[in-house]
Amino acid sequence: MPRLLTKTRFTAIALSFALVFALLFPVTGRADSKIRIMTATTDLASLAQEIGGDKVDVESVARGYQDPHFVDPKPSFLLKLSKAELLIVVGLELEIGWLPPLITQSSNPRIQVGAPGYLDASRFAKILEIPTGQVTRAEGDVHPLGNPHYWLDPDNGLRIAKGIQDKLSEMHPNDAAYFAQRYDAFEQRLKQSEQQWLAQMKPYAGRKVVTYHRSWPNFAEHFGLNVVGYVEPRPGIPPSPQHTVELIGHMKRDGVKIIIVEPYFDLKTPNSIARETGGQVVVLMPSVGGEKEITDYFKLFDYDIAKLKKALDETH
Amino acid sequence: MKRFAVLSALLLFSAIAHAQDAPSRPAKRDVSPASTEDARMKALEAQVRSLVGEVALLRSELKELRETKSPESSSGPQVLLASSHPEPGMLPSSPAPAAAQVAQTQTFGGASGNAKLLNPDISLIGDFIGTAGHNSVAPGRSLEMHESEVGLQAIIDPYARADAFISFGETGVNVEEAYVTFTSLPAGLLLKVGKKRADFGKVNTIHNHALPFIDRPLVTNNLVGGEDGIDDAGFFLSRFLPAPKNWFLEGSAELLRGDSADVFQASRRQDVSVVGHLRAYRDLSESTNLDLGVSYARGHNNLGSNFLTNLYSGDATLRWKPLRRAIYNSFLFRTELFWSARDQLSAAVPNLFQTQHAFGMYSSAEYRVNRRWTVGGRLDRSGHATDARLTDTGFSGILTYWPSEFSQIRGQYRFGHLATGPSDFLNANEILFQFLFVMGAHGAHPF
Repeated sequence: MPRLLTKTRFTAIALSFALVFALLFPVTGRADSKIRIMTATTDLASLAQEIGGDKVDVESVARGYQDPHFVDPKPSFLLKLSKAELLIVVGLELEIGWLPPLITQSSNPRIQVGAPGYLDASRFAKILEIPTGQVTRAEGDVHPLGNPHYWLDPDNGLRIAKGIQDKLSEMHPNDAAYFAQRYDAFEQRLKQSEQQWLAQMKPYAGRKVVTYHRSWPNFAEHFGLNVVGYVEPRPGIPPSPQHTVELIGHMKRDGVKIIIVEPYFDLKTPNSIARETGGQVVVLMPSVGGEKEITDYFKLFDYDIAKLKKALDETH
Repeated sequence: MKRFAVLSALLLFSAIAHAQDAPSRPAKRDVSPASTEDARMKALEAQVRSLVGEVALLRSELKELRETKSPESSSGPQVLLASSHPEPGMLPSSPAPAAAQVAQTQTFGGASGNAKLLNPDISLIGDFIGTAGHNSVAPGRSLEMHESEVGLQAIIDPYARADAFISFGETGVNVEEAYVTFTSLPAGLLLKVGKKRADFGKVNTIHNHALPFIDRPLVTNNLVGGEDGIDDAGFFLSRFLPAPKNWFLEGSAELLRGDSADVFQASRRQDVSVVGHLRAYRDLSESTNLDLGVSYARGHNNLGSNFLTNLYSGDATLRWKPLRRAIYNSFLFRTELFWSARDQLSAAVPNLFQTQHAFGMYSSAEYRVNRRWTVGGRLDRSGHATDARLTDTGFSGILTYWPSEFSQIRGQYRFGHLATGPSDFLNANEILFQFLFVMGAHGAHPF
């Protein structure tokens, strides 16, 4: 005989499903009082650490040597996001391909978009390359809100740090003085380092360079480089033979010798461009943690500027 | 049933009500309610004052900007990525206080976007499929605009977001998914309400355009409802579960009306179906991870309220993707096993009740060779849900090319050894090809 599904049995099944999770595993409390911060990228993590000091626990979703446009939304990040009190994002649609589902699935009300624990760092920064006129994908993977690689300008780093200081003080008013003091110290150190970096780069002001992706407008503007072309024919579109030939012609005409490449791009095309033009490929790190020695925001510029300076000297 | 409805409604409303209270709570914990009120009022007053100052500041800046920018913008030709250089407002000279309460829009970028700010993210994914070759068992159309899927996604309010995917075929329309997700529930619960693909295994949750093949595996067609699969209206509840170190565990429990393609059919209101899913995930290294799952689904089939179909499945996925070369190389291996137990009347003996136990599975692998090319393959085997003596087998080879992130061209060779009787088979040899294109908002890919 067919088994009849009784109402009581059904009620039992459905209700137990619903209640098992809710009741058996209450959310456990926390022992320490550190603010748990998750950031989209390592640069934001480094800035948050500078301001938060030992009052915060910071971790980044993306690694420094990873293309921040393409990060897998792994469930292992969900656990960390579910416990975070503050999420700091780059914004400008950089993370649009992977962060929204992580935020939703984290089921953490504190870090949902617009919640007090959601901080978009682009609000504080000076943004370049904001498209004007009509935006279409004929231009490749354009960012309609502007270029999201804005953290590579130390002034923007300072602005973001200020934003983080305000946010942390708002979350933990008792520690506001501590965060203010850390910000002041950071500002002083950054201004000092910035003078050195600018002095190091000064002899090369106006030098023309080519970059793989449009990751460097803020860096180039701040340190006086002139980006005249890109290895990618359009943002996010892999190099094409025709574009490469045109770029080589352009570089030869203008005497451009430096090709800046991010660590996550293939070096085949840049290397062949360098061979053709007698130039040099320089792999610069767009983010903290791109190399082991780049442990914080300061070392990021130390590393990139040292490497760039060497290449600029060699190709002069 | 009534009792259940009342209880679940109560549970739901209390949860939502709780969620709506939660975010407005002040950050400080150990303060008495009266003094918190006071402190809040004071804080608000201070904020209003600082905001007034800020508005004045912004106005003057805007004026400045307009004056400096207007000659520039009118002179330049139509350059798409013209860099504009607005002065940074927050920091340099005036230490304007608390940017924290300003609306979460882009300070310098939002001007042109503002008009559309409250529209949902809209996208359309076109899926064109062509088929050539022989298949007399399940012949497909030679050329078809298989589906045009419109996606509308938005944040509804501070407590919820909603996603709708409406799929237009050449002639009909189908709400593939439309659901609201409550993101602010207590106890770490995540509740989705609406119509959605159920979390039964892996392939059932994936939209057509996100599959690594053009068709769906044989077992999906034979045992789990075909292209639409288990896709039904109801409640979808999930939560992370405590897990051993380095493991991620998630459980889902879903209560559905009981109508899903040809698997489940509700002839009475009581004929609801349930789906349960347990997922275990672990990072084996930075580039490699393992994803395991078991699922269960139960519902009534098309023969009526006394006939149940129970489905069980197990899935395993191994992924490899080196982070430094993530856009060039990756590998994915996946296998899913399905068991179906379907109550029905015997075809041979009239009025004899019987349960057909059918088994099916597929294994697939895909390898990204470089930024633009992926190769893949799939092995298929599946019994028929209504007659477990019949077993289809098959395999496919797949080649995919991506001109950009927003379009995809794919070819698939498919061989099928399809059962038409206990020992009668027909062979099917087919070439499928597909063009996919994405308009509008850049949806995130499921993981």
